[in-house]
Amino acid sequence: MTNTTHLPTKPSRNWAIRQAGRVLDFVDQRITASNWVKHNARKAFPNHWSFWLGYIALFSLIMVFLSGVVLTLWFRPSMTPVVYDGAYAPLRSVEVSEAFASTLDISFEVRGCLLMRQVHYWATHVFIAAMAVHLLRVFFTGAFRTPRKLNWLIGLGLLVLGIVGGYTGHGLPDDLLSGTGLRVVEGGMLAIPIVGTYLSSFIFGGEYPGDDIVSRLYVLHVFLIPGLIVAPLIAHLILVRRQRHTHWGGAGKTNRNIVGSSFVVHIARAGGLMLIVFGVIVLMAATLQINPVWLWGPYDPAQVGAGSRPDWYMAFLDGALRLMPPWEIDVFGHELTFSVLVPAIVLPGAIVMALAIYPWIEQKIIGVEGDQHILDRPRNMPARTGLGVAFVVFYVLLWIGGGNDVLATVFHVPMNWVTQFLQISVVLMPPLAYSITKRICLGLQRRDRGKILHGRETGIIVVSPGGGFSELHLPLSRHDTYALTSHERPAPLEPGPEVDENGIPAPRQRWSKLRAWLSKVYLGDVIDQPTAEEIRAAHHDSQHERTAPPQVPVSERKLSNER
Amino acid sequence: MTDHSSPRWRLGPLTTQRADAGPRFTDVESGARRRARRHVAGLFAVATVLVITSVVFYFGVSDEAGRDINVGDLQISNLVLGLTLGLALLLAGVGVVHWSRALLTSTEVVEHRSSDDGGGSTREASGGAAKSSLLGRRRLIRAFLRGTLALLPLPTVVALRGLDPTPDEKHEHTAWAEGVRLLTDIGYRPIRASDLQVGAMVNVMPASLLDLPAEGPARLNERAKSPVVLVRMRPDELAPDEGRENWHVDGIIAYSKICTHAGCPVSLYEHTTHHLLCPCHQATFDLADNGAVVFGPATRTLPQLPLAVDDDGFLMAQSDFTEAVGPSYWEREA
Repeated sequence: MTNTTHLPTKPSRNWAIRQAGRVLDFVDQRITASNWVKHNARKAFPNHWSFWLGYIALFSLIMVFLSGVVLTLWFRPSMTPVVYDGAYAPLRSVEVSEAFASTLDISFEVRGCLLMRQVHYWATHVFIAAMAVHLLRVFFTGAFRTPRKLNWLIGLGLLVLGIVGGYTGHGLPDDLLSGTGLRVVEGGMLAIPIVGTYLSSFIFGGEYPGDDIVSRLYVLHVFLIPGLIVAPLIAHLILVRRQRHTHWGGAGKTNRNIVGSSFVVHIARAGGLMLIVFGVIVLMAATLQINPVWLWGPYDPAQVGAGSRPDWYMAFLDGALRLMPPWEIDVFGHELTFSVLVPAIVLPGAIVMALAIYPWIEQKIIGVEGDQHILDRPRNMPARTGLGVAFVVFYVLLWIGGGNDVLATVFHVPMNWVTQFLQISVVLMPPLAYSITKRICLGLQRRDRGKILHGRETGIIVVSPGGGFSELHLPLSRHDTYALTSHERPAPLEPGPEVDENGIPAPRQRWSKLRAWLSKVYLGDVIDQPTAEEIRAAHHDSQHERTAPPQVPVSERKLSNER
Repeated sequence: MTDHSSPRWRLGPLTTQRADAGPRFTDVESGARRRARRHVAGLFAVATVLVITSVVFYFGVSDEAGRDINVGDLQISNLVLGLTLGLALLLAGVGVVHWSRALLTSTEVVEHRSSDDGGGSTREASGGAAKSSLLGRRRLIRAFLRGTLALLPLPTVVALRGLDPTPDEKHEHTAWAEGVRLLTDIGYRPIRASDLQVGAMVNVMPASLLDLPAEGPARLNERAKSPVVLVRMRPDELAPDEGRENWHVDGIIAYSKICTHAGCPVSLYEHTTHHLLCPCHQATFDLADNGAVVFGPATRTLPQLPLAVDDDGFLMAQSDFTEAVGPSYWEREA
């Protein structure tokens, strides 16, 4: 048995550790797990706060599952009307659905279950938010590039499934708010040309609202979607494990190695973070009330509460519905309602599609082949960062639009102004955000260049004998200089020759030109990194500076640095 | 991969050596190490106490709160349970992280990325395997196999037909018809014209709703389609379109409550402007002007229900709506 774990020569004095060792031996002789342990013990796990975002999503999902299982023990997914006769006096003798009555029972009569309901709800919010921020981290640092494109797609799918899972759960308690949400979903389905009415009929089992939807949502929510989430989640984790994590460039960190904590330390930190995420979610559930359905009341399709809004992760779609101008056309006697179709169906589809194909498009434009394991600093990819920020601005504006009535109330401005302001902003702000972000990135690149050439500012002002003031700069360490300069600077692609050597026009000329133009947009604007000569020259100056600061005023010196 | 041959940004071999973060305070100072150990142990101890408190509280509080629950009490119980459990988890987590940061090793490991390239591409390998298995030989067999596989899901899809997804023409009609009385939404009482002041607004349902079976979803479906907003304004404030002049009773008018945008019940009425606002997406309709859209994303006017008074003096409908209510859909008459 070569795989047997060897007992330490000196058995531990701790009884528990000795026993644990024996258990490990027992297991190991049957499944030879020591290979797995040995294999993992040599692995490195890069350290950066942003690498934990995915973990937060994973841990909050565990919390969603745990609390969700508890809730299924009491929830009755049925729309059969019953007369409520529970502990909550204000709704007693009101006719409600069984789903709503059991939600009230969970909240009021099963001890500790209100906490579980709120844990379930808050954990969902944290889950989706963590996934979204994780996605942004991956986007802005370029972690989606080869070989991680497939994992980018899987992650995107998980985000969509998470949102669908959240929304199907939102519809379950059959309260006024969840019913209103379903009604808007029905409106969105009806807007789909040709199949819209069939789809609505299919999902609601005939006319809206029918008495099927809660039990159907329940099957989706507790069975189908969790299953659909778990499978790609495992694939996501396996791929991360196989491809190993990316890391930030720097001294000793290359495209061919991984530098980071050891396995045991990493597992300890991940375990600690898991407990912290659990703790924070439970504290949120304890202190922040969420979805008090007894205040909304049971669903009645003839009623709606003022200020009805969906959960935050659906708010961008609701905002799009509110901001879309009224636009309907007549297609051979049929109605095509763009004012619903575009925001409810086309927009989410287009966003997911754009995110899905982005890695491939970027690779075509940049033209860099091969595996990329070193992350980009966002400033070094100004166009990508700009696009990302433009998208975030677009999303946030729609999201704000989802609460235009609340904004109008809070700021005491006419709601129509808020809506019109947002309608204009949604068109104008993203390009503006792109341009500003790109400028900021270039500014930061220039700052890096300045740092490499002249060192970092010390805050020490020196008065020269001539009366001039200047600030002392200390040169960066070699490690820091390397970290700031080691990234790649791919050159923009050139369009291919218009004719080949025999004078025959090259095929796909237009595509080649478009690609070259995009490539120039992506990579053309760049602050040159200093060359070795420049650094040597600058350092020579600064040596000079420190012994005898120059006699020029600081403003002039700064200008001369810029060249 | 880093291309060191490009001269544009080449800096020369500055360094590829890793920067060492240096020892931590707890590595050199035995006092600090002891303190850190005490802190970690303390955090775990407090967490344990909190978990036990949580359980004790769960059983300790009387179950005999009576039939009426006091929401305030419930929230305090929720708060205590959640705070104890949440803090226990949080402190335990902080303890583990502190332990790992202060006491576990801080040295970084370097691992070399192994390339998964097993020589030759997977495509070649699988192509070779397919070839050697003679899979590629029989075109006819493959064609039939493809056909079978393509048709396999069909029986399942056909079985879904049992759900009967045909929308029929239910969208186009509501429970309103000639002579159907207007009932108040709450209490289902008939309404006389004299019951309404100028400026008043009442939510209304058709009396025929009560003829529908109480079992099953029929009534609920009708409540989703037939609700009506009844409003009274001065007759001279109305500007009825041609053909709608006699649809009101002394300035009492009725409109479908279902928004023509996404189907929410339009319910915020401002009687000075005669505007009816949908709280979902703020589509705004002018009831004095035949339900015309004055703001927001709705594309069509709100359908109007023609009103009359029956022999007993109660308000009734002259007919069903003259168009389908609710959001636009493909088959709707444009």
